[in-house]
Amino acid sequence: MTRAVALAVLMASALALQVARDRWYTPPGENAESILYVRSAEAMRRLTLSFTAIAADIDWIRAVQHYGGDHGSTSTAQKYTLLYPLLDRTTTLDPRFNIAYRFGSIFLAEEYPGGAGRPDLAIALLKKGIAATERWEYYEDIGFIHYWRLHDYKSAADWFDRGGQLPGAPWWLRTMAAVTLTRGGDRALSRQLWRQLYQTADNDWLRNQAELRLTQLDAMDQMDQLQAIVSRYQVAAGHLPDSWITLQRARFLRGNGAPVDPTGSPYELDPHTGKVSLSPTSPLRPLPTEPPGSAAHS
Amino acid sequence: MRAVPAIAINVFRESVRDKVLYNLVAFAILLMGASYLIGQLTAGQDMKIIKDLGLAAMLLFGLFIAVFIGIGLVSKEVERRSIYSLLSKPIRRPEFILGKYCGLLLTLFVNVAAMTCAFYVVLAIMIVTQPPQAKAIWEAPALDPALLKAVLLIYAELAIVTACALLFSSFSTPILSAAFTVGMFVIGQFNADLKHFETIVSSRPAAWLARILYYTLPNLAPFDVKAAVVHGQPVAAGYLLLTLGYAACYITVLLLVTTTIFARKDFK
Repeated sequence: MTRAVALAVLMASALALQVARDRWYTPPGENAESILYVRSAEAMRRLTLSFTAIAADIDWIRAVQHYGGDHGSTSTAQKYTLLYPLLDRTTTLDPRFNIAYRFGSIFLAEEYPGGAGRPDLAIALLKKGIAATERWEYYEDIGFIHYWRLHDYKSAADWFDRGGQLPGAPWWLRTMAAVTLTRGGDRALSRQLWRQLYQTADNDWLRNQAELRLTQLDAMDQMDQLQAIVSRYQVAAGHLPDSWITLQRARFLRGNGAPVDPTGSPYELDPHTGKVSLSPTSPLRPLPTEPPGSAAHS
Repeated sequence: MRAVPAIAINVFRESVRDKVLYNLVAFAILLMGASYLIGQLTAGQDMKIIKDLGLAAMLLFGLFIAVFIGIGLVSKEVERRSIYSLLSKPIRRPEFILGKYCGLLLTLFVNVAAMTCAFYVVLAIMIVTQPPQAKAIWEAPALDPALLKAVLLIYAELAIVTACALLFSSFSTPILSAAFTVGMFVIGQFNADLKHFETIVSSRPAAWLARILYYTLPNLAPFDVKAAVVHGQPVAAGYLLLTLGYAACYITVLLLVTTTIFARKDFK
């Protein structure tokens, strides 16, 4: 009995001391999560002996956590520094880790601070994937990066075309190649590409990203329509509208109150410039940059 | 050879008494816990990771058993001086070695078989608990029988490691035997590098030595088909047979060397 009490007291004391230490001192190595002890993927492959697959899984979990942590962080420190090394190691340890290539292609290429802003690394990762297992999805993803991030429509069309020639590739990939060449930068084509990605995405992260982009494109369409209404009002009234209510009173716009974006946040109208924009609190911010005239065909 | 089964069963009983089978509980808890937790962390890769984890844990647990029990098979008998009473009976020394080896193989077999059953149960639970969207991206069926190919090769790999442990324990101390056996396991993973040694060294004798080592040291890397079966890649029957044949030959060589060393050992 005495022994049990002593054990309980000692255990409670250890717990209390740990809580006190954590509260008053920063434990050494607190930022260990941001350290990658073995940078070389090849060295890691050798160190893990025949446990490479499980080591790849651990790196994959770390990559997802690293991205999620940095994405949600308000810190001003450089973000996503380990994303590429972790994905590179993951795919060296398990070259058939399909989702790691596709995840990397989206979140490495994504503009900073939403992603790492490194389309070059995203393409390098996907090329590594093609060398390991030639899947049409990797060609589609490289084409997509050229299209969406680099606005290089000729290269995008080339990668779509090469992917379309692979056995098992869907028919629309070659059509996409032709359409990209003729209508590069078109918002409708962007929508089509994101929709394809949404349908072929292997996990919720990619699907959510595609869904966000599709919603942003919808919002951009709505903003274009609102901008056109503002311009029409300016021509008719000879001055800019000072608020949405002015437009509604003049019957240029239906409804009451400010029009809202697809997430329910009100659009803003600058009375000095007449520019329509998203609310600073809208979850759709920041909108992707489009090449000039991209909405013209949509 | 009548003594071999009796010795083997005794080794198995002893390992049960030593609570070796407790690792099965650890394996089951690890898999069950992981299957619950991993879904929150892996962004849709639950099935792949559970399969990887299950197969890796089988190898790791088996490796611990093969090394830490294997090195004590002979030395324990010598330490306890029970070897004198054993060898005074009509048991030949090769029978003693073979019996010990078969006993540990039986222990490993029971372990691997039980772990495989637990593994398939967890995979079956995942079929029930996973949403259809997650199932759509599985590269191979959850209860893929091809996983058994990986399990079979893990068992064959463990059989080689056990034979190594027995060999070292026949002439060395338990600590050194453990170090040598783990060393052999590690070397076995890199053996293929020795095959192309001449491409990085200009010395002809060094290249020849590397080539000799390539053929004499155990080559364990081909036994690793875990990633292939998890990704639904085919593992040819011919490959399986050749690898198992290699294991059988190599084990026989190791046991012959062990019995030769043990036969010359003076226990006075």
